[in-house]
Amino acid sequence: MQVPAAFQYERAKTVDEAIALLERLGPEARLLAGGHSLLPMMKLRLAQPEALVDVNDVAELGGVRLEGNEVRIGAMARHAELLASAVVAEHFRILADAERVIADPIVRNRGTIGGSLCQADPSEDLSAAFAALKATVVIRGPEGERQVPVREFHVGPYQTVVGPAEIVTEVRVPIRPGCGSAYEKVERRVGDWPVTAVGAAIWMEGGSITDAGLGLTAVGAEHFSSPRAEDLLKGKIPTDELIDEAGKAASEDCNPTSDQRGPADYKRHLAGELTRRALRRAISATRGQEA
Amino acid sequence: MQITLTVNGEQITRDVEPRLLLVHFVRDHLGLTGTHWGCDTSNCGTCVLWLDGTPVKSCTVLAVMADGRSVRTVEGLERDGELDPVQQGFFEEHGLQCGFCTPGMMMTARHLLDHNPDPSEAEIREAISGQICRCTGYENIVKAIRWAAEHSGAAEEEVGA
Repeated sequence: MQVPAAFQYERAKTVDEAIALLERLGPEARLLAGGHSLLPMMKLRLAQPEALVDVNDVAELGGVRLEGNEVRIGAMARHAELLASAVVAEHFRILADAERVIADPIVRNRGTIGGSLCQADPSEDLSAAFAALKATVVIRGPEGERQVPVREFHVGPYQTVVGPAEIVTEVRVPIRPGCGSAYEKVERRVGDWPVTAVGAAIWMEGGSITDAGLGLTAVGAEHFSSPRAEDLLKGKIPTDELIDEAGKAASEDCNPTSDQRGPADYKRHLAGELTRRALRRAISATRGQEA
Repeated sequence: MQITLTVNGEQITRDVEPRLLLVHFVRDHLGLTGTHWGCDTSNCGTCVLWLDGTPVKSCTVLAVMADGRSVRTVEGLERDGELDPVQQGFFEEHGLQCGFCTPGMMMTARHLLDHNPDPSEAEIREAISGQICRCTGYENIVKAIRWAAEHSGAAEEEVGA
């Protein structure tokens, strides 16, 4: 029987209350969102926070909505909510693709978008999807609010720029015309962490690529992205040769390690192949989306 | 700390340690042992119950997180001594052998049918994909849930007869 170490439990009703509690309880306190990463770690005693601040009652952190030219995803939006969102399905296929292969439907009922990002697991799917989309993370703390590009959000495995009394409130994804996106993942069995996964977002105008985002996960890619492959794509007319080259660049632009999910060279091969597949789907999805 | 919640329609107040998991709370503190405790790692799904109307894996939820909320367990499926069509379906279609996964499967099935009364086989398999059965090969579980879909409403008299 796995039992977490003892801790103090507090519940916040607002973001300000959560921040005040974190300030009062000190750096050994943690936020409790869906709990589907934190509680398993606590049960294994890999994490032993002295206090938990439950933010499940903080209504202002929920929801997925369209605001101006952005899709705004509340930190407490559940995976199931993102998967079911019509706004997301319309604009960012990559997120629906990724959600469909994150854990299982029951876990998706509980796990949250903010929790997934803050856990900062190096194999996390949404980190790659948001990196491809060049999303922005909104963080609030005692000093006020700041916005951080998602590619500057992770500073290492299980580490983010979120400070001790800070809380991620929202992820914002800009809507730009001519966008197509897709997510491709290889997993050992349904609901597992990826062996390798790649997300692609492509923006087209007049038949050529104006901007490209490539998110890679589980292969040690810096900031979950491949700038080399992105630079190759920008300003070009998409061809099979270009897609091949981008796949090759992505496979060289990461640093996979061998583990129980597969040897490093296999993961590198997957990074290339999944980049090609995601790019093909993303490019074909841009048809009819141009301004 | 003291928590007050509704369990299968009944309001309950108990004193619990914050680290107590919801699965152990319903089993050991409330004696509702219909909810099973399996892998302890949110993989197997035998501990699935409803929290505020949504199926969750209760080995990965703290009891204190349920404070002020409502919980429905497998014991809350039957109504006035009559089996829920999902329970009847598992009986009719031999949806279980050892029965260990059954409570979680039934709670997920009820939720699926409440939101999608006529699910396809693929939709049923997707809904239960976070739950493991080592006996049936899932075939009869899928049939049981289809049985419940076909016998909901009108079938309730039939079940009672």
